[in-house]
Amino acid sequence: MQKVTCDTLVAKACELLENGTVDRVLGWKNGEFVYDVTPALFTTVDDIKSEFVFNDFCGANFSKYLIEETRKTESKVLVFLKPCDTYSFNQLLTEHRFDREKVYAVGIPCEGMADITKVKAAAGDGITAIKAEGENLVISTLYDDDKAVACADVLAERCVVCKSKKHVAYDELLGEDGDVIDSNRFDEVEKLEAMTEDERFAFWQNELSRCIRCNACRDVCPACTCEKCVFDNPESSVVNKAISDSFEEKMFHIIRAFHVAGRCTDCGECSRVCPQNIPLHLLNRKFIKDINSFYGEYQAGAEAGSRAPLVDYTTEDIEPTDAVLKGASDNA
Amino acid sequence: MQRIGVFVCWCGSNIAGTVDVQAVSDALQNEPGVVFSTNYQYMCSQAGQDIIKNAIAEHKLTGIVVCSCSPRMHEATFRKTAAAAGLNPYMVEIANIREQCSWVHKDMPTGTEKAIILGKAAVAKVNLNAPLKPGESPVTKRALVIGGGIAGIQTALDIAEAGFPVDIVEKKPTIGGKMAQLDKTFPTLDCAACILTPKMVDVAQNENIRIFSYSEVEEVGGFVGNFDVKIRKKARFVNEDICTGCGICTEKCPQKKVPNEFNLGMDNRRAIYIPFAQAVPKVATIDADYCTMLKTGKCGVCSKVCTAGAIDYTQKDEIIEEKYGAIVAATGFNPISMDKFDEYAYNQSKDVITSLEFERLTNAAGPSAGKLVRPSDGKHPHTIVFVQCVGSRCAACAEKGKEYCSKICCMYTAKHAMLTRDKYPDTDVYVFYIDVRTPGKAFDEFYRRAVEEYGVHYIKGMVGKVSPEGDKLMVQASDLLANKQLHIEADLVVLAAAIEPDKSARPLATQLTASMDTNDFFTEAHPKLRPVESPTAGVFLSGTCQGPKDIPETVSQASAAAAKVIGLLAKDKLTGNPCVAGSDELMCNGCSSCERVCPYGAITYVDKEFRMPDRTTRVRRVASVNEAVCQGCGACTVACPSGAMDLKGFATKQIIAEVDAICR
Amino acid sequence: MQINGEFQPKIVAFCCNWCSYAGADLAGNNRLAYPENVKIIKVPCSCRVNPMFILRAFQRGADGVILCGCHPGDCHYTSGNYYTRRRMALLFSMLNYLGIEKERTRVEWVSAAEGAKFAQTMNEFTEAVAALGENKRLEDLRCKK
Repeated sequence: MQKVTCDTLVAKACELLENGTVDRVLGWKNGEFVYDVTPALFTTVDDIKSEFVFNDFCGANFSKYLIEETRKTESKVLVFLKPCDTYSFNQLLTEHRFDREKVYAVGIPCEGMADITKVKAAAGDGITAIKAEGENLVISTLYDDDKAVACADVLAERCVVCKSKKHVAYDELLGEDGDVIDSNRFDEVEKLEAMTEDERFAFWQNELSRCIRCNACRDVCPACTCEKCVFDNPESSVVNKAISDSFEEKMFHIIRAFHVAGRCTDCGECSRVCPQNIPLHLLNRKFIKDINSFYGEYQAGAEAGSRAPLVDYTTEDIEPTDAVLKGASDNA
Repeated sequence: MQRIGVFVCWCGSNIAGTVDVQAVSDALQNEPGVVFSTNYQYMCSQAGQDIIKNAIAEHKLTGIVVCSCSPRMHEATFRKTAAAAGLNPYMVEIANIREQCSWVHKDMPTGTEKAIILGKAAVAKVNLNAPLKPGESPVTKRALVIGGGIAGIQTALDIAEAGFPVDIVEKKPTIGGKMAQLDKTFPTLDCAACILTPKMVDVAQNENIRIFSYSEVEEVGGFVGNFDVKIRKKARFVNEDICTGCGICTEKCPQKKVPNEFNLGMDNRRAIYIPFAQAVPKVATIDADYCTMLKTGKCGVCSKVCTAGAIDYTQKDEIIEEKYGAIVAATGFNPISMDKFDEYAYNQSKDVITSLEFERLTNAAGPSAGKLVRPSDGKHPHTIVFVQCVGSRCAACAEKGKEYCSKICCMYTAKHAMLTRDKYPDTDVYVFYIDVRTPGKAFDEFYRRAVEEYGVHYIKGMVGKVSPEGDKLMVQASDLLANKQLHIEADLVVLAAAIEPDKSARPLATQLTASMDTNDFFTEAHPKLRPVESPTAGVFLSGTCQGPKDIPETVSQASAAAAKVIGLLAKDKLTGNPCVAGSDELMCNGCSSCERVCPYGAITYVDKEFRMPDRTTRVRRVASVNEAVCQGCGACTVACPSGAMDLKGFATKQIIAEVDAICR
Repeated sequence: MQINGEFQPKIVAFCCNWCSYAGADLAGNNRLAYPENVKIIKVPCSCRVNPMFILRAFQRGADGVILCGCHPGDCHYTSGNYYTRRRMALLFSMLNYLGIEKERTRVEWVSAAEGAKFAQTMNEFTEAVAALGENKRLEDLRCKK
């Protein structure tokens, strides 16, 4: 159950739209299914009142939408940001991707978002309604009686290992701010590092061979905001969308992960949207973990204007050969 | 589509001996874009170049590939050839089939196969080459010489004589360097001061030369023709413009216990001092580490005795910013520390000294006023042992000494031995050596005189141990020619310590982006053909910072460096490297990644208006490269996530084409 | 690639123009042999090497990729190789994380004076890659003839 209600957000959005602070609102509305909440742009109070939703399925990170929306307006865009979204927000500011003056950012607390795959596993298919009641979600399905599942049991992976409940950027905060959390988000990466090369290869071949190159991970990623992505640019020599074999996919994912290395805030959107449930965040988190261990703790987006590790150096940096040894406990 | 000509060079038998050149030119004939392919004995010869020129005209070639020696050797030659035939010089690519093929591979089939692949990669690249035009940048007509020893002095004088302003930065309070500490100079035995100090005066009086003594280079920016340098003029607490160099302060200063570095610590000086009588500039300097006034605020004697009122205890370091067209490194050398050579008892006995200390002991202006005495008791030594190669040619003891030969020790030891015997015929002089190396004009004759006329005992063999016993030094050594052990009761032992580059050279090299070898000597642009230039354009090398050398060699190299500087400063404009970065504004995100990795500050951001397909306009922040400043490293091209940044001459597509050709 | 039944690895070596390429030339000048498997691509600085080039080489059938640059502190462009060091540390660690044998990738600092080191490095690297056999994990099978 979220601490801030949909009504509070609707009231805030209507207020800011009516008093002329903003002329557009980035929010959520229902998709085809109740759990299928979609990002939406609202420009009228009527639309907001009738369509705006906020519940445990509002995972979408709006930061990236600000690039396009701020370009369209002479006024301001209202954006609701969960703590993790604020890191992406700062990172985009660092990279001069939108005009801060054109944004009114409202920070909202987040208790973690639900993962529909986990909900379905607990309550079954044919979901017709989901209601939050206290610490539970009550799920109605076509086939069975209503079933209550604990929110904590169906939290998305990225929320289980939430790195921060603290907002690092906002104009206004609804509710109370939290703290940066010392989470165990690298546990999965460590497990892989402890495997042998062969085991790791088998793991990733199994995961990445499912990739259908739909580009959803790239399209949703708040770090992937290039005017023209290298994968869409025939001049870049890496463009290649055909599904062929495992390496084609690996190449795509390695390059994508490398392009966002040091800039990825670990928001987890890539894994959330992957229709094939590939744990793409494990690639990005590997880079984050390596960066922390090689060059000192660095959280992209924690501070606007910070210098990303890949555009920085010290004369005493670890040598690549040693880095590989340090990067996998199997090698040590 | 390009029309490419391929020219395979035999390099006599250098290439043709291991590579079937006919097979290479035949194979490359069939590559995409190739319309002409041939081979010839020496492509770099006039006849070879004519073949290229004729083919360009006859076959209307738009690009050429020369399969030959390293591009570091003849790329420039073939670019000129192409330009002479009306082809853009950057439409030339070299496949290095000599250094990286025929010379390192043994048999014909493998050599030929690799040569073909290297040729294919070059053809693949040329297919994507585009004509390039270099930019131009102005030249600041002022030179900076770093180091004021004999090397720096000679370089500065020569540049100034040619009419260009020069600044000398010297970290010590006076110019003069090591040569000022020497007594006599081989092989003619003139006194060092007699030939050096007039040059120092010339420097001081030359209108084109400014001396920044007691100063260090703080920061170097810019590039050839346009360096921006910050110089830190350290506070000497004496107003240089007012101080007359009368020296009263240096006599009255109550702090008398400061080791005198000019005499290598063999005597003391005051806290305020002038290093030596002929110092240039002849002004006093307060040593802040010892001055009671600066440390406790109580004293002020120097200020009271200074009639000129030059003392200024509040003086601060000053930063001077200046632009230069060329920079000369002349940072010199030091003898290595003897701390790790316990076998010679350097730290146990005052009577074991280094050769530079011996110079001071025999110098009339030295601590003993030129009388050769033992530092321990001031007595005249009767038996002196000179040990050669202490820390030089020391391959096995790399942690103690140096692998290289220090080059000057054989000659100065012969000089020391000869002068000792000349002045004190009652002394016995032994020289222990591995080899005696005396190439050079009148050098071997000089050494022979020491042996034959002055009766110096030259013994081939190394000293194993020196042990102080009473007031004697027991020297244990081997005589390799007589095959026997020697025990000599010596009064004085002189160690010919290896020389090493000054410690300031390494950080300076980093600032200058000039490269160094593993011994911290500056590397030359080419060891034989460009020995006074560093690989970094606009940075030149003078004296021992490049390698061990004696005074005549140092001076000739110093003048050579000056000639190179003059050649550069005489130009009004420099033609730049056309292989610079460029950003595709349509793809640029304006994220600043490239700006952050650029070592030259060549990238700035501009807000630019773009017309959108729907006829609206949009203002976006995009990167813009200053081509005169960009040096073409390519760091930005990889930092750029969208691939908007590319490098001319080494474009992403070109490199990928090479990769593909090699992996085909 | 198999020659006379013996596996011959394809090795791409990216060499910076100022140090390593000159180091390779020096190996040539001194006739220091190293395997013909090694094919050099000249880049102005090691920092010009985009991870995409390395992946491309593997995709097109390279069995090992080595990147040579000036020693840290000696970069002709001051800092290029420092960026290279970070990029390659992270890239190689990632490749290994994906199960690519760590011996297939390498960065070596070779100065213009180190012809012997260049030849020795290439001998060792070729031997290590040859011992691993063909690179099946990172090759795009479609690119084979």
